[in-house]
Amino acid sequence: MSQMPQQAALPKCPSCAEPVESGDLFCGACGQDLSVVPAPPQDHPTLAMTGPAAPEDGVDWPAPEPAASGTPEGVHLPTDLPGTDSGDTPLPGHRPGSEQSAGSGVRFDRAPEPDEYPLQAPDPRLAAGAAAPAEPAQVCVACRAGRVDKDGYCENCGHAQPRERDHVEREAGPVAAVSDRGLRHHRNEDAFAVGHTALPDGSPVAMAIVCDGVSSATRPDDASLAASRVAGDTLLAALPRGTHPQQAMHEAIVAAAQAVNALAEEPATAREHAPHQNAPACTIVGAVVTSGLLVVGWVGDSRAYWVPTDRGAPSARLTEDDSWAAQMVAAGLMSEAEAYADERAHAITGWLGADAYELEPHTASFKPDRPGAVVVCTDGLWNYAETAEEMSEIVPPDAVARPLHSARVLVGHALDGGGHDNVTVAVLPFPAPSQGAGSA
Amino acid sequence: MRSSMANFAKPSLPRFSVDVYQNEYLPEGGSEVNAIVTVTATGGGTIGSAVSAPVYTAGHRPSAAVAVMVDCSGSMDYPPTKMRNARDATAAAIDTLRDGTHFAVIGGTHVAKEVYPGGGRLAVADATTREQAKQALRRLSAGGGTAIGTWLRLADRLLSAADVTIRHGILLTDGRNEHESPDDLRAALDACAGRFTCDARGVGTDWEVKEVTGIASALLGTADIVADPAGLAADFTRMMETAMGKEVADVALRVWTPVGTAIRFVKQVAPSMEDLTARRAEAGPRAGDYPTGSWGDESRDYHLCVTVPPAGLGREMLAARVSLVMPEPGGGAGSVQNLGAQGLVRAVWTDDMVASTSISPQVAHYTGQAELAQAIQQGLDLRKAGDFDGATAKLGRAVQLASASGNADTAKLLAKVVDVVDAATGTVRLKTRVAEADEMTLETRSTKTVRVKK
Repeated sequence: MSQMPQQAALPKCPSCAEPVESGDLFCGACGQDLSVVPAPPQDHPTLAMTGPAAPEDGVDWPAPEPAASGTPEGVHLPTDLPGTDSGDTPLPGHRPGSEQSAGSGVRFDRAPEPDEYPLQAPDPRLAAGAAAPAEPAQVCVACRAGRVDKDGYCENCGHAQPRERDHVEREAGPVAAVSDRGLRHHRNEDAFAVGHTALPDGSPVAMAIVCDGVSSATRPDDASLAASRVAGDTLLAALPRGTHPQQAMHEAIVAAAQAVNALAEEPATAREHAPHQNAPACTIVGAVVTSGLLVVGWVGDSRAYWVPTDRGAPSARLTEDDSWAAQMVAAGLMSEAEAYADERAHAITGWLGADAYELEPHTASFKPDRPGAVVVCTDGLWNYAETAEEMSEIVPPDAVARPLHSARVLVGHALDGGGHDNVTVAVLPFPAPSQGAGSA
Repeated sequence: MRSSMANFAKPSLPRFSVDVYQNEYLPEGGSEVNAIVTVTATGGGTIGSAVSAPVYTAGHRPSAAVAVMVDCSGSMDYPPTKMRNARDATAAAIDTLRDGTHFAVIGGTHVAKEVYPGGGRLAVADATTREQAKQALRRLSAGGGTAIGTWLRLADRLLSAADVTIRHGILLTDGRNEHESPDDLRAALDACAGRFTCDARGVGTDWEVKEVTGIASALLGTADIVADPAGLAADFTRMMETAMGKEVADVALRVWTPVGTAIRFVKQVAPSMEDLTARRAEAGPRAGDYPTGSWGDESRDYHLCVTVPPAGLGREMLAARVSLVMPEPGGGAGSVQNLGAQGLVRAVWTDDMVASTSISPQVAHYTGQAELAQAIQQGLDLRKAGDFDGATAKLGRAVQLASASGNADTAKLLAKVVDVVDAATGTVRLKTRVAEADEMTLETRSTKTVRVKK
């Protein structure tokens, strides 16, 4: 969203946004059970409601490599940032500043807040896991009196009802993701795709794509949905054919960009009434994990983090934002503190969309020497856990074993912090575990 | 910015579509929602009104009945050309009737008389009845007073006898409604409202603008001045063509609003300003109907302003649902048929100041057109009252608004009443001598608007 200062976040009901008092068990306006995360609509055809079925058992996790085995030759430690892009050249964030095109194309997508967000322990309430069953769709969640019309509004009080994208959870093999509207935005403009398949040699591979619609553009929700779907489909088609994961990631981002570009030619949907019309746009970040390789790719300021299971080992941020602040810092023009204090800090300088100046997909490849979790997320999460260390503190210790639970915990962390933006988190275990008896 | 929905109701009905233009974003605590609702009717066999000879498909056209009310008061003989031109204009209108249309001619003085066909009946247009009607017009002569309410009541009696879809009147007067009280006219208009539509014309300059515009407003027709009687025939022909192009009658704008919402106003803003707020008829829980009269192939804009209870940031609500209804053919009292199209007016609370502070270009445009009409009216009233400074300020503002919005017709009319020094700043001088016809033309047409530049 834009660059306006905001009031301190009041706790609000995740269902109807009514302010709630700390200690309230139910929302006074809509009756939402405040002890659980917002429930996804029951009739969502694509949701995997697998709350209680966290893959804690029934999966054969490969034993972590003994730490004593040392680092084999050629292994790229995740802490050895920078990685390389698909052309084996250094990542853009580490190029000389002269190559940065700061100011060539800048979008403002969010407020400069948060200034400070105290880290909180994972919310134990979320450990309950099981989402509450959604209310019958016919009764308004806001006034509890009216029926809901076919346009999704209450026939009594007119309030829009929760939509299927307000809260989405999905699990695909070893990878899981959760997306939530947050507490301040009227719709969820984030989207994700998760999936898994096998490489030609039969070894497992899992992927996650996360996209964040640019709010200042038209139809950001359509852009993120199209980009995440196309990128996910591209990866799941290319990986079994033996395309190198890093090359596949590059192709997936290019395909996603084309899908978003194509939206600019379509008429707006009936519900779209944006005050400023311009080409739909979104960010993208993705990760692919195999038995030995971790590949990330991105455009924009959505991020991927590496959080090793052994928290004694360092965690790392795997992506470099396409943002004004990151460019200023990379170019040596400002210190990190100065850059992020500037009101332009969060303006993004790279995105998918027809009015992007030049598409520059970044990809990087890593060979972690130990098991861990890859967290792929939008700024709706990392605003509340910016550094790798902060992220590793909020990722549950059993993230590798319970990715869906972990994604829920991380989303809950953002909501507890104020939920100022849409928040989307995907969690992938590394190495990609074989899919038990069912896998090749 | 724009949402559109359309539906075919029935093959024989025109297709209505509803487009909503608004900025739905409100700041925290914001409660006023404005939207321009464009209603467009297409299909049904007519072609554009710019074409002088509409093509009608036999058996496809809706049935219609038309009553022409011609002022026959004594003043119509001063000058004598006025009566002659009125006769010729009525004859031209009769020639424009399509075959099968029911019609009658009424001569109006302090009483109303049936000129043709008589006997409390309507004639059915064909070559013979057209000729008979024109013969009857020759017997029209001037003499007597003016009581327009009686003309309207007779027209209503005659029109209601016909089992037709469209009922329309055309009324011509040259003088003030002197032979009945304003209350009598008001009562007649109330009795006729919703039963037939009526265009009203003032010929010459001895009539009262507010009387003529009041008749057209109450009966959902057009009002205009025909300062030169020689222009009557062309004007009558155009009016009758438009009447013949109507396909559905008694269409109402149905506005649903949620609980806790107040409707500040509902105005037609194009092609002319007409405040419909007070004309609401309740239509079930939280819904009301606003009359729009009969429709041919045409498009009109409405400005809807509602206040909603503020909700939290990130919340979205439906502030109003706009649809179109007409009486169910053959249905009982109060039974209506929905014409299918609807528009949604929304409210979304955001902390994005860029979004919440921008004004919809359509809303801004018509807010300006409403102020333009008001400034002209106030300026002319002040001028009549002798407050020339006040008149100069108001008419200057009107010049500025007409110029900025591209309302060239109104700008031209204003230029006949004031000398424009600088249109951009609204600097004007009152003309010392203004032709009465020019002033009356400006007042009569002050509510004409232009649509927003696309």
